Amino acid sequence: MTETKQQYGDPMTYPIWEAAARYELLIQHCKVCGHYQFYPRPFCLNCDSDQLEWKRVSGDATVYSKTTVHLKIAPEFDPPYVVALVELDEGPRMLCNIEGGAAEIGDRVKLAWREREDAPPLPIWMPA
Amino acid sequence: MNDWEKNPVYIVGAAETALGAVPDQTTYSMFSLAAHEALDEAGLNVKDVDGIFTNYMGEEGTVQVGEYLGILAPRYVDSTDIGGAAYEAHVHHAMMAIANGRCEVAIVGYASRQRSERARSMTMRQSELTLTAQFESPYGLPMPIGHYAMIAARHMHEYGTTSEQLAEIAVAARQWAQLNPKAWKRDPMTAEDVLASRVICDPLRRLDCCLITDGGGVIVLTNKERARDANKKPIRVLGAGESHTRWNISQGPSLTTTAAKVSGEQAFGMAGVTPADVDFVQPYDSFTITVLTALEDLGFCEKGEGGAFVSGGRLAPGGDLPAMTSGGGLSYNHPGALGVLLLIETVRQLRGEAGERQLADPKIGVAHGVGGLLSTAATVVMTND
Ligand SMILES: [Zn+2]
Repeated sequence: MTETKQQYGDPMTYPIWEAAARYELLIQHCKVCGHYQFYPRPFCLNCDSDQLEWKRVSGDATVYSKTTVHLKIAPEFDPPYVVALVELDEGPRMLCNIEGGAAEIGDRVKLAWREREDAPPLPIWMPA
Repeated sequence: MNDWEKNPVYIVGAAETALGAVPDQTTYSMFSLAAHEALDEAGLNVKDVDGIFTNYMGEEGTVQVGEYLGILAPRYVDSTDIGGAAYEAHVHHAMMAIANGRCEVAIVGYASRQRSERARSMTMRQSELTLTAQFESPYGLPMPIGHYAMIAARHMHEYGTTSEQLAEIAVAARQWAQLNPKAWKRDPMTAEDVLASRVICDPLRRLDCCLITDGGGVIVLTNKERARDANKKPIRVLGAGESHTRWNISQGPSLTTTAAKVSGEQAFGMAGVTPADVDFVQPYDSFTITVLTALEDLGFCEKGEGGAFVSGGRLAPGGDLPAMTSGGGLSYNHPGALGVLLLIETVRQLRGEAGERQLADPKIGVAHGVGGLLSTAATVVMTND
């Protein structure tokens, strides 16, 4: 009996979420100019090439901006919590939560994962 | 010579809808009453309208507004959605359309009952897995304030901007509101009050945020010939511009430089004036940081100097650059999309009919809309000369 597993994401992001299930962070890398980009696209934002490949990255990053949310916006969120924009060492920025300690703008942070019931693990960051 | 120089375009009518809390109207009835009032000022009739420009008036908004008003065969229609900045962009588009003879009498407007309907959603949950749903919504960034908070935090980090400086903006708006009988919030407020208000998304506090009210408005634009019918002084549109940056906050090179950079360059370039020529400005004050970044990007001060620039009451009554003279979204009214009300206040100041808050003989005013997640901007330069 074959089990059909529903893919999470969209046709451009399936590989990201498949990798997330293995706790690996993938971002796109341009084979022509070396540019890294997030989110994925079928072309390079820097040089327009279509020669893109997936690269696993460490997730080592620096906090670019952050806010502590004191507002209850939905049942699944328990304020206060920190939402941050982190800049990966490869260049792209990702929105995230920072957990497991405080981090200010400019501080180094490292990748962690949050388990979810109905979706693959979610990348979050914590103080390095 | 460009079309808009050969065929100048004028705002000949401007009217607010009912404001504040409007329990006894619908958005369409509000819009239609404001349209009739604005057209009366213009010495025109609904039957003269052949151009409709609106945003946030339901699906295919120009169709629904046109039908309600009985305008069933317009020649030029535009529902460009760039959030609260749409109406300044609509003036840009209407200006081009009228200058090129594609329509003669255009209405630009909007009405909302978001306060009465409590319709404003703070989350950005999506029914399908958009990029935002996959990569931003799971982190619980409140919409839109969380985005503006991250921009403010980054501005503070890059340029040393302080919460005290942001508070000056809110205080200036309140001082103007105290001179406007239509303002929702008129009680005295100090910078200390702003700083003592509850932190919502740091560094932004409750009093850094705009109001949530019902309201809206309509303006009427036409060509020089039809402007002769106007019952009030026609206000000439000198220039306009628009642009946008990103939607997802992870995208784009800078958090602190906004679409005002392009919209301002375009509008001032078209108008043939510089920020130094401007007597007053109506920057979209959804949040205090929105005003600060706009003043920098429009060129009223250098990038990073906004904090010092707004200090010492520069934007307040009696200051060097009067701004938010209605009391703005922070203290007058904020019906979801403030853009049209910024245009109306600019017209009123240039006509000299702003009552207690009237500026002394202003010649050039600027309305600057901002929308989305500080994603969009559109700028209109006007004169009474
Ligand atoms: Zn490339």
